[in-house]
Amino acid sequence: MSVTDVGNEARKGWMGLLARAPSARLAACLEAVGAMPGFDWLRVPEVGGVMVRGRMGGTGAPFNLGEMTVTRCALRLESGEVGHAYVQGRDKAHAERAALVDALMQGDRAGELRAAVLAPLQAAEAETRRARAARAATTKVDFFTMVRGEA
Amino acid sequence: MRDDVLSGGFAEAPVEAARAFRVALEAMARPGTIHTVSGAAAPAPVSVAASVLLLTLCDRETPLYLAPGHDGAAVRDWVAFHIGAPLAGPGEAMFALGGWDALKPLDAYRIGTPDYPDRSVTLIAELPDLEAAGARLTGPGIREAAFLSLPEIDAFRANRALFPLGWDCFLAAGDRIAALPRTTIVEAL
Repeated sequence: MSVTDVGNEARKGWMGLLARAPSARLAACLEAVGAMPGFDWLRVPEVGGVMVRGRMGGTGAPFNLGEMTVTRCALRLESGEVGHAYVQGRDKAHAERAALVDALMQGDRAGELRAAVLAPLQAAEAETRRARAARAATTKVDFFTMVRGEA
Repeated sequence: MRDDVLSGGFAEAPVEAARAFRVALEAMARPGTIHTVSGAAAPAPVSVAASVLLLTLCDRETPLYLAPGHDGAAVRDWVAFHIGAPLAGPGEAMFALGGWDALKPLDAYRIGTPDYPDRSVTLIAELPDLEAAGARLTGPGIREAAFLSLPEIDAFRANRALFPLGWDCFLAAGDRIAALPRTTIVEAL
């Protein structure tokens, strides 16, 4: 199965999810899946910097926001699927696990991994967002104007 | 995507690139000496030696020219994945890769300017074989004389006449490399 069969949008989704997930949680999820297949490195994990660019309001002229440290790697499973990963920070093990899951998601074990790794990570991410939104909501002030009875 | 496009990079880039750079430096400093390198494999027809040189010397700031014969989808993809060097025509390239005859005409390349003689091309010429016999080399870096099997002699003599301008040349055959900087005087035996 090649990348185009899986669908670029779906792959984008799980690669982003894997990159954002806390390294320890991803490791725990992957531990639960069991033995991982063997693989060859196409690009050993390496740390580098990328320039993050932004646009004011999403439509303005692009400007350089700042540099960000990323770790990337690429690997090929024994069965032939190729997995890539770019993750924030310097955690090479995190990049390796993310690339491994990316490769496995293109193969026969996709369903198993979706249930054991992606679903818990997605739930945890949603929970974190909800908790933060809830914390922010308690500080929200609703302004309203009382109509004076002068008129 | 072909299988050999993603593989064939250095397994341990910092160590292997440093070692290969030292070899390239040594070859260029002592023209005529033949060195052996290993650790990289670009898709055919690029040799091991040329792959090592590309990985070591090129990056995204060095425009690379692939001569006919070496210019193909597989080699382009390999360069994009492992090196990221922009591909350019012979007039803008800082490195050029190809068979000796495919690299011609040699006057299409940059030879530097009198103010900046370093802004010139480095050719990586693929040869079928390389041995310490043939043309006689003298000049800086050579104790008395060295001998090297060159594809031709006139081009190197013409290049020497341009000094301090001119191009420098790596010769690659299989996993063996030698180099000929613009300072070397080449004579037929």
